[in-house]
Amino acid sequence: MNETTWQQWAITITVFLPIAGAIVVMLVPSSKDKMIRGLGVVTTALAFACAIAIAIGFDYNNSAQLQFVKDVSWIPVIGARYHVGIDGISMPLFVLTYLLGLLCAIYTARYVPQPGRTKAFVALTLLLITGMAGTFISFDLILFFVFWELVLVPMYFLIGVWGSANRQYASIKFFLYTLFGSVFMLLGFLALYFNGPLDPATGKHTFDLSAITAYGAAGGFSHTFQLIVFGAIALGFAVKVPMWPFHTWLPDAHTEAPTIGSVLLAGVMLKMGTYGFVRIALPSLPQGAVAYAPWIGALAAIAIVYAALACLAQKDLKRLIAFSSVGHMGFVMLGIATLTTIGIQAAIFGMVAHGVITGMLFFCVGSIYDRYHTREIAEIGGGMSELMPKMAGIFAFVAIASLGLPGLAGFIGEFMALLSSFSPAAVLNVGLYRTFMVIGGIGTILTAGYFLWMLQRINQGESPVKWREHHFRDILAVEWVSWVPLLALTVVLGLVPSIILNPTTNGVDAIVHIVTG
Amino acid sequence: MVALVHILAQEAGGEAAGTAPNWFMTHAFLIPLFCVASGVLTLVFGKRTPGKGPVYGIAALVIAFVFAIGCLVGIASGSSVATGGIHWFTIGGFSVDAGYYVDGLAATMLVVVTGVSLMVHLYAIGYMHGDKRYTWFYFVLSLFTAAMLVVVLAPNLFELLVGWEVMGVCSYLLIGHWYEEHVNSSAAIKAFITTRIGDVPFMFGIFACIIIAGGTTSNIQAIGTAVGVSHDTVLVTAAALLLFGGTIGKSAQFPLHVWLPDAMAGPTPVSALIHAATMVAAGVYLVGRMFEVFVQADPVVLTIVGTIGAITMLGAAILAMVQNDIKRVLAYSTLSQLAYMVAGLSMGETGYSAAFFHLFTHAFFKGLLFLGAGSLIHAVHSNNMSDMGGLRRKMPITFITMLIGSLALAGFPLIGGFWSKDELLVTASTGHMWLFVMFLVTALATAFYTGRMLFLTFYGPYKGHAEPHESPSVMTGPLVILAIATVVAGFLGSPFTSYVFADWVHFGTPEVHHFHGAIAGIGSLAALGGLALGWLFYGPKRDREVDPLQRGLGNGVWNVLQHRYYIDSFYFNGIVRPIRDSVSAGVVWFNQNVLDGVVNGAAVVARGGSGVIMWIDRNVIDNAVNGAGTAMETFGKGLRLVQTGKVQWYAVGLFAGVIALSLFIFR
Repeated sequence: MNETTWQQWAITITVFLPIAGAIVVMLVPSSKDKMIRGLGVVTTALAFACAIAIAIGFDYNNSAQLQFVKDVSWIPVIGARYHVGIDGISMPLFVLTYLLGLLCAIYTARYVPQPGRTKAFVALTLLLITGMAGTFISFDLILFFVFWELVLVPMYFLIGVWGSANRQYASIKFFLYTLFGSVFMLLGFLALYFNGPLDPATGKHTFDLSAITAYGAAGGFSHTFQLIVFGAIALGFAVKVPMWPFHTWLPDAHTEAPTIGSVLLAGVMLKMGTYGFVRIALPSLPQGAVAYAPWIGALAAIAIVYAALACLAQKDLKRLIAFSSVGHMGFVMLGIATLTTIGIQAAIFGMVAHGVITGMLFFCVGSIYDRYHTREIAEIGGGMSELMPKMAGIFAFVAIASLGLPGLAGFIGEFMALLSSFSPAAVLNVGLYRTFMVIGGIGTILTAGYFLWMLQRINQGESPVKWREHHFRDILAVEWVSWVPLLALTVVLGLVPSIILNPTTNGVDAIVHIVTG
Repeated sequence: MVALVHILAQEAGGEAAGTAPNWFMTHAFLIPLFCVASGVLTLVFGKRTPGKGPVYGIAALVIAFVFAIGCLVGIASGSSVATGGIHWFTIGGFSVDAGYYVDGLAATMLVVVTGVSLMVHLYAIGYMHGDKRYTWFYFVLSLFTAAMLVVVLAPNLFELLVGWEVMGVCSYLLIGHWYEEHVNSSAAIKAFITTRIGDVPFMFGIFACIIIAGGTTSNIQAIGTAVGVSHDTVLVTAAALLLFGGTIGKSAQFPLHVWLPDAMAGPTPVSALIHAATMVAAGVYLVGRMFEVFVQADPVVLTIVGTIGAITMLGAAILAMVQNDIKRVLAYSTLSQLAYMVAGLSMGETGYSAAFFHLFTHAFFKGLLFLGAGSLIHAVHSNNMSDMGGLRRKMPITFITMLIGSLALAGFPLIGGFWSKDELLVTASTGHMWLFVMFLVTALATAFYTGRMLFLTFYGPYKGHAEPHESPSVMTGPLVILAIATVVAGFLGSPFTSYVFADWVHFGTPEVHHFHGAIAGIGSLAALGGLALGWLFYGPKRDREVDPLQRGLGNGVWNVLQHRYYIDSFYFNGIVRPIRDSVSAGVVWFNQNVLDGVVNGAAVVARGGSGVIMWIDRNVIDNAVNGAGTAMETFGKGLRLVQTGKVQWYAVGLFAGVIALSLFIFR
């Protein structure tokens, strides 16, 4: 394969490789359980290697430029195109998707949740990876929408089939709530299509994101139109993030989902919403963005404190971590709502950091559950440091990273989101945003509170007698393999934030320039 | 932009232009790196080394101490400031360097931190012997030292904050070192959360400083220059006040002082290093580092700083008088002495040198006192002074060294703290009369509780149960060294050395110090008077069954003091518990019943209305769950099922929505 061919097809290959893997997995007889798990690992490893190859081949000097582009006609009747490509903003999320996908596949090599059915489990996971990765490289609204919806199906089954006791309620709620949001989003897309630019080649309307963004940036959409359509699209994204008060599907989905479902849900899927804001809503509808920003900021500030308070009251360990996601995504949305380069870069950094850290927290909780067979904090009753010192140490490390210790990944996103709230874009009300900042600051105190209290009740103290005779096995080899990359990234992202910040700078600058001039 | 920062930095440092910085100063960035390296080595290989832990930390600190002395020698020989660094990252035009900044203040702090940390590392070999997390202990100790050194050397506020928070986590880990006991882990949480309450305003203060400096840098020298020319007095004043929030938390000043006495739950070497000599002084150091902001702000800021200092100074000294736990005596004493420094800084430029001289002497004598207390605790297996008494013959080295430390704390003429307190009194005597009075009254109280501590532990009959013995030489050695350091440190600010400390550490032009006989006399009188009162109440002949002070004060006052003015219980019962138990439960109730009520209600309506959802539920989900086996048996069947479900679902959701909403948008 020469270089140009690779550049044209790299993304397509990378995105559809997991689906190809899924098809192969389906063809293998169910009895070959080990082979299926192996296929999952091999497929995701290959896909991850492809993603890394793209990241290496990427021209970072032109990071705002769309690269590895493939743009061909797809559904000519409506002007939908297969337009894929990657720029600096997509890159971190794209790579993160494949990294987490691989780590989940490795974890699955040991842990397939009840009721088994390895084949379907692996195939659905692979399908999920394709859907998530696809949203980050689609530059056609219909294509984006297809990938967006594609994600729902496997996640629905992962929760509904392999989830815990209340899985049916959780999976339906997850599906319908997200679908409810996407209907509005699709309507918004249609509005952009019908009122947007014409494709100069065909003279027809187009779903091409670059064309719509350029049109919107040039002031093509009227103010009223922007207000209505931004609201519709934002609602779709807001459910996915999820922003307060649209978050109630999340704790249920997370709590019931199998471990890797939670990891991928928190690690990647939530970022589809925040990414949508940055990629689609802001540049296409800049006036809408300015009008809605204070409201988004307010909901974000509420989310931070609300989630922290809710965490304090949780009795279920996994539900606690789930709620903490709502708060962390609040910081991400707060950054976006400032409409500044610092804020949006903070948001992208926060997305990746949250994916790494919270993904890791869900791994920990999954493995803790695997030992104790309960997620009730009171049941576990403390003393894990004594029973499983390494597990407890890693759990504490990740919790401390999650509460935003400087030097680890969680800090930069929070700090910079709050910094940008101190001086938001000139068109926004400084006093209001500083209020958000103060609320967010209070949230960081509460966040420290619930995480340390959690550690006190799980790790510390004397272990209850009933657990001592179980002789829990401390971290297993497969856990080490799937966790070490995340633990390392937690440190590396904290010490070398440039690996996220540098590629995103130009792209974010361009978006901010469009929105605030 | 980065280049500009460096130029600004050099200009700011250029005021006292002297000889070029020596090699140690230009390589000061290595100092924290030694401790980072020792931490990593301890964590990875510690258990396999002889002694199972301390070797790397001690080796790193010996080298670091040499560097620190090298830096101080450079400063003492009139060298200019050394600074430098590399670009770390840039976000939206805001650029952060990783670097170092060595001036007189930083150099003296380097000596304090590496010196005391080295002593504590040695001492803990004995004190922590046989601890089940011995290696881990040394790892955290190394990490802490590295973080503190980062704070000391940080050329910009972002880097300073990184060190600051890492210190906080180390403090949390070490306070809760014996986390099997619930009290200890609770104390650790209390410390972390309370300091974080100060850190949030501190962070906002950093934001304000960044904005003042143009939003492109957090370089401290650049901020200093910018506040000088800023016309936004409100922002500068806000910045100073917000930054001071960090000091209130970290240096445990009223009203965030509550964590420090509880932090005594940690191992005593930790109390000596982190909760007396170094970390808690970082808050004071912060004010000194950012002093340009405080000076340029509205004068009300320094008045507030002084008031906080004055309240804490006396309030804590009074509580120190009624403690039974020897570590708590010293903890309240630390609050009070830190408040001396804070109040000293509130006097503006003239108090700068004196405040940091007190920080310098205090680090040695308070470190010494804590390690001495540890030696006593090690011997009698109790923290309570009611289990001690008469120990001066059984533990002569501990006695002599603690005596020196106590006299230094009390302000006994010519020893340690006498000189730094004297300088504070001299400064306050011109134009800060109310602080002068506070200093003096607190000095009296300090001498009293110091005497009480000495007499209750070393004099009178022994009342404990264990068989007391002098500690091993690995523990007494550091005591002796710190006792010597206490005496030597004091003389650095005396007429015998022409007040050389003030040449090293000063703000603006160096102060010319003179020995002031009358004020030294008044100060000595307060010290001797307090000690004499202590003897009167707690001398060996006195009956100690009921605390003599309790008899003197009456039960009412005594109870208020025993309950720490009820501040802690107010915080816990009035703030922490309501939020943790009630507000949080209210939020969850709201979440489950209101927000989710809407969601579930909508679902019920939809279900009742169409029945479609039920159909899907039965035919798709139940099939999927119960019949997952059959469904997934063959690829074709399984895939078809998935697709069927999806398409139908789409149809329902999508069309209903599109029709309904088209009416609004595409009218």
